[in-house]
Amino acid sequence: MAKYSILVNGKKHDVDVMEDMPLLWVLRDIIGLKGTKFGCGKALCGACTVHLNDTAIRSCSFPISAIGYGKVTTIEGLSEAGDHPVQEAWEKFVVPQCGYCQTGQIMNAAALLKKNAKPSEQEIEQAMQGNLCRCGTYNRIKAAILEAAGTPVTAG
Amino acid sequence: MNILTPFQKRKTARVDSEIFSVSRRDFLKTSGLLTGGLILGVSFFSCDSKGKKLATLAPNVYLSVASDGKVTIVAHRSEMGQGIRTSLPLIIADEMGADWNKVEIIQAEGDEKKYGNQNTDGSFSVRMFYKPMREAGAIVRLLLLRAAAKEWQIDVTKLDTQNGQVIQLGSSRKKDFGDLVQTALSLPVPKVSEIKLKDRQHFNMIGKETPIIDLHDIVTGKAVFGIDAIVEGMKIAVIKRCPVVGGSVKSVNDRKALAVPGVVKVITIKGAGLPATLSRPLSGVAVIAENTWAAIKARDLLEVEWELGANASYNSAIQIEELKQVVGQEGTLRRKRGDFDAAKANAKKVIEHTYIAPYLAHATIEPPCALAIVTNGSCEIWACTQNPQGARDAVAKELGVAAEKVKMNVTLLGGGFGRKSKPDFILEAAILAKESGLPIKVQWTREDDIRHDYYHAMSVQRIVATIDSQNKLSGWAHHIANPSISATEDQAVVQPSDGELMLGASDFPYNVPAINIATHDAKAHLRIGWLRSVRNIPQVFAAATMLDEIAEARGLDAVANALELLGEDRHITFEQELIKTTYPNYGEKIEDYPWETSRMKKVIERVAKESGWGKSMPAGSALGFAAHKSFLTYVACVVEVKVSQDKKISIPNVYYAVDCGLAVNVDRIKSQFEGGAQFSASFALKSAITVKNGEVEQSNFDGYQIIRMPDSPKQIHVYILDSDAKPTGVGEPPVPPFTPALCNAIYAATGKRIYTLPIDLTV
Ligand code: FES
Ligand code: FES
Repeated sequence: MAKYSILVNGKKHDVDVMEDMPLLWVLRDIIGLKGTKFGCGKALCGACTVHLNDTAIRSCSFPISAIGYGKVTTIEGLSEAGDHPVQEAWEKFVVPQCGYCQTGQIMNAAALLKKNAKPSEQEIEQAMQGNLCRCGTYNRIKAAILEAAGTPVTAG
Repeated sequence: MNILTPFQKRKTARVDSEIFSVSRRDFLKTSGLLTGGLILGVSFFSCDSKGKKLATLAPNVYLSVASDGKVTIVAHRSEMGQGIRTSLPLIIADEMGADWNKVEIIQAEGDEKKYGNQNTDGSFSVRMFYKPMREAGAIVRLLLLRAAAKEWQIDVTKLDTQNGQVIQLGSSRKKDFGDLVQTALSLPVPKVSEIKLKDRQHFNMIGKETPIIDLHDIVTGKAVFGIDAIVEGMKIAVIKRCPVVGGSVKSVNDRKALAVPGVVKVITIKGAGLPATLSRPLSGVAVIAENTWAAIKARDLLEVEWELGANASYNSAIQIEELKQVVGQEGTLRRKRGDFDAAKANAKKVIEHTYIAPYLAHATIEPPCALAIVTNGSCEIWACTQNPQGARDAVAKELGVAAEKVKMNVTLLGGGFGRKSKPDFILEAAILAKESGLPIKVQWTREDDIRHDYYHAMSVQRIVATIDSQNKLSGWAHHIANPSISATEDQAVVQPSDGELMLGASDFPYNVPAINIATHDAKAHLRIGWLRSVRNIPQVFAAATMLDEIAEARGLDAVANALELLGEDRHITFEQELIKTTYPNYGEKIEDYPWETSRMKKVIERVAKESGWGKSMPAGSALGFAAHKSFLTYVACVVEVKVSQDKKISIPNVYYAVDCGLAVNVDRIKSQFEGGAQFSASFALKSAITVKNGEVEQSNFDGYQIIRMPDSPKQIHVYILDSDAKPTGVGEPPVPPFTPALCNAIYAATGKRIYTLPIDLTV
């Protein structure tokens, strides 16, 4: 066990946990932020995606001891009122089915657009390939990312 | 026990409804809401074909109109991505003329007496409840109209409802629903016989696109799934389960596990043994801890010696080889038309192939999880369950208490696909909560989910088709071997049930003079369950790829071949040709939901038109076709494939034409088809479970793969045929025809036929 002070969504949290506890479980079980989901625990599905200093990371495979002074952003902190351009595009295209994978998808997409404001379809596919959706919402996800990037979306 | 497979005959001939006032106290008890206003209960009851009531249930949907105009609807079906929490209430709201922005939807708990059958399986939610929901809405509407008529002293026929208000036709007079509540409360509740349902052209929401109600909560991370349920003092349990089905715990050394900081207790669960059952947990050892990570770490440190039992020598690859021999025999005849042997003897050409499909896991992205509190002989559960009543009854039985003592709260489901209709994970939580005296959340890891599922059974099939000297398809013999779902309850069962056979085998609809459908013995060594569209997956893969081969042999294109084989417009019945087998028709009477060849032909013609069937394509690209009716919905599918020089498969376009009767929520029908194509693409291209020495060899998304964005079908075009027929399900029907259409397209592009799933073009 060890004490850590981490910055999540602009707020400092002091926690006393095992050194190897993944950020995912710190967020969900210790801090109580449940928007970040557990899907595989092995960086294979993307359900647990959050931002560390604007870069998408898989929080299930990122130990608390490696966070340091990094700024963590979760879905709860992505926008004040759920109005981040990615979230708005998601609503416009009614992307979710069961919804479970979607917070991870949204966080991954938001990080992509920060790095690459106008990604091509191929770039989107490459960037999103680590995020699984069992309900099969991939095409709406792609359309929503193009929309959020301001790229005209072709009907389909 | 209330575990109904999606295709068993239901006791109910049909569902009817009754509506009446409810006291505020009763409403508070059910919804947890305190509201002043008009509260009505809608009781759905089953009745026989003559309309005689068979069972009256307590009110099972609540509808309230508050004096501030807010409409509350208590939804009673599990939401797992199909949009049902939106679609059923929108039917009520549309019929009422309510303002959708003022409608609030509350999830009902699991209670069959109160809510009727809530098992959300078999694509039947909208099918079963469409009419009663509309009647409920119409009754409330009439009551509000009468209230306004009384207040304004005018005839009810001069009034209408719109956007949450009663309006006077040809005048600007209007009044909010909320302001009419007081008057409405003084009037008797109208009877079903007094209402008139809206004409189709007056629908505002039915047949249009309504976004799902949970949309904003989902994109902001506020939606509560099973994994998010939490209560004061809750501990987390992670379980090490016996790697072989039917095995048990011999001894446990928990010294190292207990030393992990945060670990509270280690408890052994005595599971079902054999048969594994659809309703008991597996044997295992649970670590209870303060947080999930401590529980996972400590679970890995448990040293358990297992008594592995009879399945420890099981190897799936060996069983497949054995079944390849078995399906070559005659088997048990289940459907017979004409004389297949004679057709074969007189054939000009005989085509014969064996088809193989693997075990599959559900792999919902939310793994199974459930939270239970047990105190003084009563129990409260929060769980992502498709079948709250089944789970409630199973928990009551396990704990030895009356069903009324178990309260079942249903969360959103992070995917279901049939996995979450089994209560095993909920029972684990209840057992551990009772044993420990603590509130317990059982969390399955991905490894647990992939290794301990109720698997979709592997399949070995042989089809023999004969073509006569007139170039007609003269005979069709379909031989089937797979471990049956029923074997999970009763190990003596070694052949598919009628319900399993109906899904793409005994329901073969084509006009062929000789048909043999035969089944063969295959023992079950895993827990077998049902997965989105069930046996349709392998059976339609085999049948619809064989039909493509038949078309080629006859020198016809696949669409022309299918249209010709369907024959003249008629209603098909199967019963007269079945041998010791029935045709369950997805639990509906064949008179109510007949098999209509004309509807099938129309979806085929539409998909051919929309996809440009027959057009010339560049080298390496091609279209493939398949059509299949399942869950009473008619679907035709064309897949466009592109195969590169290095044998990489991509899918630029998928075209679906669907006749699902009257379309309720068009956007959610489309999304089910989009998702259905992706779901099927996983099985076609990626997924397989294999078993060695009784243990499943895969454990996470590296070994058990599902489709990812780069390989996924790109444009999925869905054409919904205009129809006034009764609505039918759309959750499962998109899945079956996609895979054979893809296989047929691959053949057209490369000349390689596919007989084994998942597809591997490198062998
Ligand atoms: S839970 Fe982290 S990638 Fe799957
Ligand atoms: S929406 Fe269900 S897993 Fe993606």
